[in-house]
Amino acid sequence: MNSHIVSEPKVIEERHFPSINEPVIIMEQVGVRYQIASEKIFTFKEYLIRRFQGNITLGEFWALSEVNLNILKGEMIGLIGVNGAGKSTLLKLIAQVMRPSRGRVVVIGKVAPLLEFGAGFHPDLTGRENIFLNGALLGFTNDEMQEKFDRIVDFAELWEFIDVPLRNFSSGMVARLGFAVATDIEPDILLLDEVLSVGDEAFQRKSFSRMEEFRELGATIILVSHNMDTILEMCPRAVWLDHGQIKMIGSSPEVIDAYREDQESSDGAADEA
Amino acid sequence: MDKAAQVPVYDSSRQGSAALEELRAIFKYRYLVVQFVRRDILTRYKRSVLGVAWTMLNPLGTMLILTIVFSQAFGGSQEGYAAYVLSGLIAWNFFAQSSNAATLHLVWGGSLLKKIYIPRTSFAVSATGTGLINILFSLIPLLIVMLLTGVPIRWTIILLPIPILFLAMFALGVGLLISTMAIFYADIAEMFQIALTAWMYLSPVIYSPEILPEAYRFWITRLNPMFYLIELFRMPIYYGKVPDLSLVMIAGGISIVTLFVGWIYFTGKSDEFAYRV
Repeated sequence: MNSHIVSEPKVIEERHFPSINEPVIIMEQVGVRYQIASEKIFTFKEYLIRRFQGNITLGEFWALSEVNLNILKGEMIGLIGVNGAGKSTLLKLIAQVMRPSRGRVVVIGKVAPLLEFGAGFHPDLTGRENIFLNGALLGFTNDEMQEKFDRIVDFAELWEFIDVPLRNFSSGMVARLGFAVATDIEPDILLLDEVLSVGDEAFQRKSFSRMEEFRELGATIILVSHNMDTILEMCPRAVWLDHGQIKMIGSSPEVIDAYREDQESSDGAADEA
Repeated sequence: MDKAAQVPVYDSSRQGSAALEELRAIFKYRYLVVQFVRRDILTRYKRSVLGVAWTMLNPLGTMLILTIVFSQAFGGSQEGYAAYVLSGLIAWNFFAQSSNAATLHLVWGGSLLKKIYIPRTSFAVSATGTGLINILFSLIPLLIVMLLTGVPIRWTIILLPIPILFLAMFALGVGLLISTMAIFYADIAEMFQIALTAWMYLSPVIYSPEILPEAYRFWITRLNPMFYLIELFRMPIYYGKVPDLSLVMIAGGISIVTLFVGWIYFTGKSDEFAYRV
């Protein structure tokens, strides 16, 4: 998979503890290639037939290519770009869900990917049971979760409903629980994919202040959003991804101005939300 | 310095053996496996009145039907046919349900793998874990049926963990193989279900191998891994005998090889899952 290591891989000390302004996420010439069957339905039967006929055509699609990016410790960085620009793929590389097809990704520190709220939750389990299930998904032991449990329920303000099956929760309650579990783990790196728009206003403020806390503790936060105001408000630096490549890195106001200009000039017709 | 030691470093260019790394990962995430098993057991029965009792009632009901329907055809002469069928069914269900659940969990729950890092084998391992819990529960009705039908329960029953372990390894190996294929070709999961039905009738679950015509007996029994595993399972409990060493060796060998091949195949392909699931 990693056939194209561009630079000589530097050995990174296992015990190295990065200080502020040192890179904690390093991407070198990173590329991610998806193989797409020429038609959507690709079943075993079809595969056999096509194999036999010798016309399997796998299309290549580079979701990311030649991405070079250093993200520093303690930084809060925004990721912008139209749908399909490769933002989620970039987060997946950092979350170690995917390995790059090319290049190298180094991540120093514990990563907390914010699951889409409710992912990993089971509707028939109670709030309590779901907290333990979700904690295990994040790699925690039962003892560790026991220790976090009260804090999580306090933060989510769900004591009344904690032994009620999740299917009786409102979507806002599920979101609160998801956020509370995911952010109680004191991550070094937090990945936020368009999540600040859920929950009521009071809870949004609370989530905001929790992120501020993380930042003060030296956590690195990567925020993906289509809401430019959120990026401007929270992130000093922004990265603009376009067709899988970095089009611009710089201070948020500059990058967002360029991005907006590009959006307006390219099309007034299509409504990209 | 204390904290420094805890900072994990991930480097995509450093990759050891996928099979070994996965083994380490699944051990690290063992609590996740426990939570998955818990979830499966709890949610399966939560909305039903009889709850976990269904784990026992389910094979019992099937056994009752099969005993009534087939005792004339296959088991007329066989003593304790009900216990024979039930013991076969329990072993079979453990294998079939575990390997099938491994596939379904990965196919349906696989979207989780795109969002968060968890060991990819956790679905298959927890499916086997759930099967283990279920087989322990279903031993209770088997013992009751044996008592009621006068099949003696002997000390050899303490040897039962051996066939159960082999069955678990075989089920996990097959589950890993099939679920890897199912990720790449969606209809494998459906085909496997049909294959399982055929496989069950080709295995000595509801009939004794002796009733098979001489011409087919060799093919149906000797080439079928489940023949050995079911026989080995029946030995200590239904027959009340210490199994032959050769039977233990063959059944154990099949299980270990299947698990080994399944694990290597699955972990070798699992980096591609995030692109395909």
